[in-house]
Amino acid sequence: MKPINLCRIILILLPGCLSQSLWAQVREVNYAKSTLQFTVKQMGVPVDGSFKKFSAKLNFDPANLSGASAQIEIDMASVDTGGEEGDTEVKRKVWFDVKEFPVAKFVSGSLRKKGANQFEALGKLTIKGKARDVVLPFSVVEESAGTTVAGQFTLKRLEFAIGDGAWNDPELVADEVIVKYKLALAPLKK
Amino acid sequence: MWLRNDALQYGALAKLLHWLMFLLLIASFALGFSMVDLPISPKRLQWYSYHKWIGVTIFLLVIIRFGWRMISPPPPPLRIPRWQRSLAQAVHAGLYVLLFVIPLSGWVTSSAYGFKTVYLKIIPLPDLVAKNKVLAKQLSEVHELLGFALLTLVTLHVVGALKHHLVDRDATLKRMLPFARITERDL
Repeated sequence: MKPINLCRIILILLPGCLSQSLWAQVREVNYAKSTLQFTVKQMGVPVDGSFKKFSAKLNFDPANLSGASAQIEIDMASVDTGGEEGDTEVKRKVWFDVKEFPVAKFVSGSLRKKGANQFEALGKLTIKGKARDVVLPFSVVEESAGTTVAGQFTLKRLEFAIGDGAWNDPELVADEVIVKYKLALAPLKK
Repeated sequence: MWLRNDALQYGALAKLLHWLMFLLLIASFALGFSMVDLPISPKRLQWYSYHKWIGVTIFLLVIIRFGWRMISPPPPPLRIPRWQRSLAQAVHAGLYVLLFVIPLSGWVTSSAYGFKTVYLKIIPLPDLVAKNKVLAKQLSEVHELLGFALLTLVTLHVVGALKHHLVDRDATLKRMLPFARITERDL
């Protein structure tokens, strides 16, 4: 094996090794059991959708929040509105503009406890290139099989120019979008 | 009482309900035929909503109409051949049935598509079936077919009324006209 290849392999493996040692509390996510859904009212009718692909890097130990952080990336093209027509529509420029902004992001370096098993993540949500400060509440259920982190918050779609132009009318499509998240985490490594 | 039907003509309430239904049906058919070809747009979202709200209104009105018909029976038919009387009765019965069934079929279609019907944006109606795209497609075809059946009956109804008015020159239509009062002499 040429040395150059060996170097490459080490470089590829290195981040993984580091994440095991230095950031031991980055929690493994079981995506099959995790969901990211949203609901918005159209002419008063609640319509549901979800994102099939997202990744979450949670550095989270309920017992020690000092070094906690969260980074969630959402693949906007993985949106599922329950129908092809809606999926195509919502990827267009006026809505998500998936071509220009394929990824939405939530980054938090500050998690705080609100009550028994109740927490908040303070951070920046970036959708369509627009960043807003948000507070995401979530509850934590610890079981031997793993930890479930779940919560919901209300996003104002017009702050992110989601549904621009002719759709920029909350009478048609409500400004408030309820976003529900549930992450299934592997148990903490002690 | 002027509100009630009497032996000669329909009362004010029956007339109001009849002509209100007439206007709502025109709006509903116009919206129904044009909305289905619209691309996703604010207009489509609105027209579908209006179509559904009008449908719910028709559904409520037809129940009120039927109830009122029981309380205050319509004037007896004018002296016409028996076959005409039977035909008119059958058409009226068909109209009532379709005006009741078509809104229901639209409601269940909407449920099957996964869209709750929210009357006037504020009153959510319960979903009649779970979301099921295949069923939804079939139901929407049933809804459309029933719509065509209703158009056929409405056409017969209108042609019959006009025939009485213009050819027979009797008071059949006049006794349902909004501001007409007829007397024994008109019969």
